[in-house]
Amino acid sequence: MNFKKTFKEIRRSGECYLMLAPFMIFFILFTVIPVVMSVPVAFTDFNIVQKPDFIGLENFRNLFLNDRIFMKSIRVTLIFSVVTAPVSYALCFMLAWFINQMPSALRTVFTLVFYTPSMANIYAVWQLIFSGDRYGYFNSVLMKLGIIVSPVQWLTDSRYVLGVVIVVQLWISLGAGFLAFTAGFQNIDPSYYEAGAVEGISNRWQELIYITLPLMKPQLLFASVMQIVSSFTAGAVAQNLVGFPSTDYKAHTIMTHAYDYGWIRYEMGYASAICVILFLFMYISNMLVNKFLNQEQ
Amino acid sequence: MKHSDRRAGNIAVFLFLTVFGIFMALPIYLAFVMAFKPEQELFVFPPKLYTLNPTLDNFRNMLEDLSKSQLVPFSRYFFNSMLVTLSITVLQCVFSAMAGFVLAKCSFKGKNFLNAFIVVSLLYQSNVIYIMQYTLITKLNMINTYRALIFPMIASPMSLFLMRQSISQVPDEIIEAGKIDGANLFRICWQIVMPNQKPALATVMIFAFQSAWNMQSGSFIYRENLKTLPTVIQQLTASGISKTGISASASVIMLLPPVIIFIFARKSVIKTMAHSGISG
Repeated sequence: MNFKKTFKEIRRSGECYLMLAPFMIFFILFTVIPVVMSVPVAFTDFNIVQKPDFIGLENFRNLFLNDRIFMKSIRVTLIFSVVTAPVSYALCFMLAWFINQMPSALRTVFTLVFYTPSMANIYAVWQLIFSGDRYGYFNSVLMKLGIIVSPVQWLTDSRYVLGVVIVVQLWISLGAGFLAFTAGFQNIDPSYYEAGAVEGISNRWQELIYITLPLMKPQLLFASVMQIVSSFTAGAVAQNLVGFPSTDYKAHTIMTHAYDYGWIRYEMGYASAICVILFLFMYISNMLVNKFLNQEQ
Repeated sequence: MKHSDRRAGNIAVFLFLTVFGIFMALPIYLAFVMAFKPEQELFVFPPKLYTLNPTLDNFRNMLEDLSKSQLVPFSRYFFNSMLVTLSITVLQCVFSAMAGFVLAKCSFKGKNFLNAFIVVSLLYQSNVIYIMQYTLITKLNMINTYRALIFPMIASPMSLFLMRQSISQVPDEIIEAGKIDGANLFRICWQIVMPNQKPALATVMIFAFQSAWNMQSGSFIYRENLKTLPTVIQQLTASGISKTGISASASVIMLLPPVIIFIFARKSVIKTMAHSGISG
């Protein structure tokens, strides 16, 4: 009897594995293997065509001691992430909170307005907005207001490049995290607020802090993962907007650096070393955020 | 709390959202204006926020220019993008639905490990992996094939995660009832669970479509006739300000499909994302 049961269970499990298989095969082949392999490859000299040469810590030594552009890219990535991740996170949350207080028809409109940028691929427009001559919208507005006298080279002046990239990144950053928050707010049972009102909660700030935030913890965690990934691996905006490489490498992120070595110079060993460091950054910051959010409770 | 206070607060919130929304929408609006502006109006001082002489010239130029300079007609890029995007979207929905169902509702060895693994791998789902995938794609002889664009995007941890979260809300009794009726897991998944998972499927579809549709073919493709639309738009944008009108019109065409899909599926997305949390 017992024997029969185990057999049945294995058969059941077999069915489970069969249904997992299509996803898992592609996931292991195209995500797990590349990520795991990047670790050994990081210790080699590898150009894809020839066999990888084991060179020990050489790649990492070069990265940290000889590659000044890499050191720059770490700085850029940190500045970039420290600004965009929290600002965008706060923005996602705040806008979702505000939207939730609107009537249903307006919610639809505002959600669409704030979410559309994350779908848009309109760098040409941003180039014209920040264009370095007086035909640029931003320059012309500033000149009309008398804030500047002559046009500013927003996209090539090394002082402004990173700032412009951050602005555009924030603009496109209201994505999955924003939707998760919007949904999280709508999912909260109104009876919680009614109960809160009885308990003496009197304004929307108190509602937010004592009722909403604790209930939204799962969404807070999900959105933080999304934010960390998108800010640490950003590079597309800079490449499309201020060119590659950007003036004086001012918008050169770690991602851009990896892209340069991996896809342009085919130095996969070096590129892998960069990616390993980037993954480490993401992993650590995710742990810190999780710790922080768990402590809040 | 006083009713009038809350009302005043709501009006303030509405005003803020409106002003902020106008700023957010401005670049999109400008993309449309630029797409329909005649060329001589693109470079005037001060730049105008509207055009009185809308024209389809940019769209016409886009079609001609692309076929002239790249030797491949614009329609080909559009076809490539559609083919790749639809393949990714369909496969991603089907695979993550089945895997999500199993992870949410079945018990088997390794389940807890896989569930934890999926949450961690949310972190490793990004464009960093593209660079690492390059060696693999080369070794598999997939450079310059549609497969090189489709295969790496099929298994998305985020899609699996969203499906799993949504399916775990389904009461166990429904699945037990299916088992008693003698249905196998495959049938339970597709005939009993999935008909009620349309919101989750729609969400996965939207995210899959969006990320696939905006994917540049990068180093996986260097044959012109296999390139995708975003790759070509990026080339146009990089080729300088003289192509601004063309770039804008191409961007507008690019933007329409995901926006239309999002508008139709918005309610479903909100429903699914409500369960998207990570329980920490």
